[in-house]
Amino acid sequence: MAKIELQGLVKDYGKTRAVHGIDLTIKDGEFVVFVGPSGCGKSTTLRMIAGLEDISDGKLLIADEVVNQREPKQRNIAMVFQNYAIYPHMTVGQNIGFGLYTAKLSKAEKKKRIEETGQILGLEKLLDRRPAALSGGQRQRVAIGRAMVRDPVAFLFDEPLSNLDAQLRSQMRMEIKSLHRRLGTTIVYVTHDQVEAMTMADRIVVMRDGHILQVGTPTDLYENPRDVFTARFIGSPSMNMVDGTIASGVLSTDGAQVEGLTLPAHQGKVLVGVRPHDLMVTDDVDGAGLSARGEVEAVEPLGSETLVHVKLGASQIIATAPGRVVPPIGSTVSLKAEANSLYLFDAASEKALGRA
Amino acid sequence: MTATSAPASELTANSRDIRPGRIIIWTLLLIGGIIMITPLLFMFSTSLKTSGQVYDLRLIPAAPTFDNYLRVLGDGRFMRWFLNSTFIALTVTLSNVFFDSLVGYTLAKFEFRGRYFIFLAILSTLMIPTEMLVIPWYLMSSQLGWIDSYWGIMFPGMMTAFGVFLMKQFFEGVPNDFLEAARIDGLNEFTIWWKIAMPMVVPAISALAIFSFLGNWTAFFWPLIVTTSRELYTLPVGISSFSAESSIQWELIMTGAAIGTIPTLLVFLLLQRYIVRGVMLAGLKG
Repeated sequence: MAKIELQGLVKDYGKTRAVHGIDLTIKDGEFVVFVGPSGCGKSTTLRMIAGLEDISDGKLLIADEVVNQREPKQRNIAMVFQNYAIYPHMTVGQNIGFGLYTAKLSKAEKKKRIEETGQILGLEKLLDRRPAALSGGQRQRVAIGRAMVRDPVAFLFDEPLSNLDAQLRSQMRMEIKSLHRRLGTTIVYVTHDQVEAMTMADRIVVMRDGHILQVGTPTDLYENPRDVFTARFIGSPSMNMVDGTIASGVLSTDGAQVEGLTLPAHQGKVLVGVRPHDLMVTDDVDGAGLSARGEVEAVEPLGSETLVHVKLGASQIIATAPGRVVPPIGSTVSLKAEANSLYLFDAASEKALGRA
Repeated sequence: MTATSAPASELTANSRDIRPGRIIIWTLLLIGGIIMITPLLFMFSTSLKTSGQVYDLRLIPAAPTFDNYLRVLGDGRFMRWFLNSTFIALTVTLSNVFFDSLVGYTLAKFEFRGRYFIFLAILSTLMIPTEMLVIPWYLMSSQLGWIDSYWGIMFPGMMTAFGVFLMKQFFEGVPNDFLEAARIDGLNEFTIWWKIAMPMVVPAISALAIFSFLGNWTAFFWPLIVTTSRELYTLPVGISSFSAESSIQWELIMTGAAIGTIPTLLVFLLLQRYIVRGVMLAGLKG
């Protein structure tokens, strides 16, 4: 187990800068998830930690030692890849044992380790099978097994669940999380799926265009996003954004009415964010907060709730109705978001101004 | 099993519905098949004839005899040529598999300056016909003292541009994740190639091995030029020498050729399943 420190880490591909000098300290035993859209530099950062990409500038420290120049094998980290990278010509046991290829252990000791790992991951009966005979989830477990068997200082996961179906993905999320609880090893996990980030991480690192936008706990990021990108990226469905203006302490928005809110000291154009789960379809629109009326354009009944797509001014927003309420398309509904559930952002810089 | 049963049932269904297009295709295939198999049948047929019957073109000899086989196998030189060919074809094949894959892998999986140029330079040698290379090869062999030696026969084929090209194309299909996973597990680059990448391109290795073995087993021109002593003859050169003595002994040439086809058939039978499997896997994945 070890602390991982990124100090001004830079990655250049020729003249293109993929990662722009990022700083981050990952505590010993912490589960950190890098999240962001494709091309944001999250995988490149992970590969720099692994030693699979050269570091163009800055320092990488693992367990307080600078490892910039060290080969992957000298860093004692293990990595699980998106396509599992388990060798098709070897059995499950051989695949898991491959993690011990360079370990100076006796055959009996290696066998014992492989069996123990197989047991932890529920693969003990499959050790003699070839990967082709395994399901996607089992293959993923073999890949994790190969990483685990070596007792590394940190695990690196590169979008490990993106090839699995939705049900298996949620099951594997919980398995990886409980594995982390049991082993206590530092985990750096890369994904573009914010649900994975929210459900698994101790801390989430939101990246975009090679920069870290925000680092925080899942709740922190959900409640206090620092900019529009993070606000929209974290949470599903995405936060609604409505154009607005603050003039002389009064907020006016495109198609909605705002009443009784304490506004931040700001003048000019703003973006008003409201999460779909805070914007309810209701007849009771009195009191402080944001209220609006609009035409229903689409509905998504999910059982426990119904997502209602409503046309508001020039834009479309998503609101929530209780499970059994499914407003007909074309009808007009009233929407209400309570005070303190609005997020205000500066329209030009897209930085957060505070909540209202 | 399901994969084989499905086409079988399709075939039965289709055979009931015979269309003119199908008849034309079958006829063409049949003609092609006959053209290809006839020389082979005549080779076996002639090997069972006496010298007097050689020009009797009946496919089944009037009085089949195994005398030619006894004569050819009893002649010590034939066995020597057979072993020479075996040794040369095997050595060159192993060398090809090893070096062509190593170079192909390097060109496919490592980023370095001049990589593309080197690949083009290797490919461009494919455009030069063997006949043009024979003189430089001969001059080189003569200066290095390789004339009339095994090494002299083998050296031009120890690495081939075609093999490098074939292996490079296949290695490009091996996902980098496999190699990177091995790198993280602490393997050195040579072991990664040998233990991880090579087992993943077995179909390509089989194809290369078959081409290389057949090419060297049947090689005639260069071994004829570079050898002078009969002990170093390869099988094709040796067999052709039957025609140089007084008159052309077709029955002995055909017998030698018939025996000579056995190893090539064996190599193909042993390795073809890997090729077929490779093609099938590629199809399923695609």
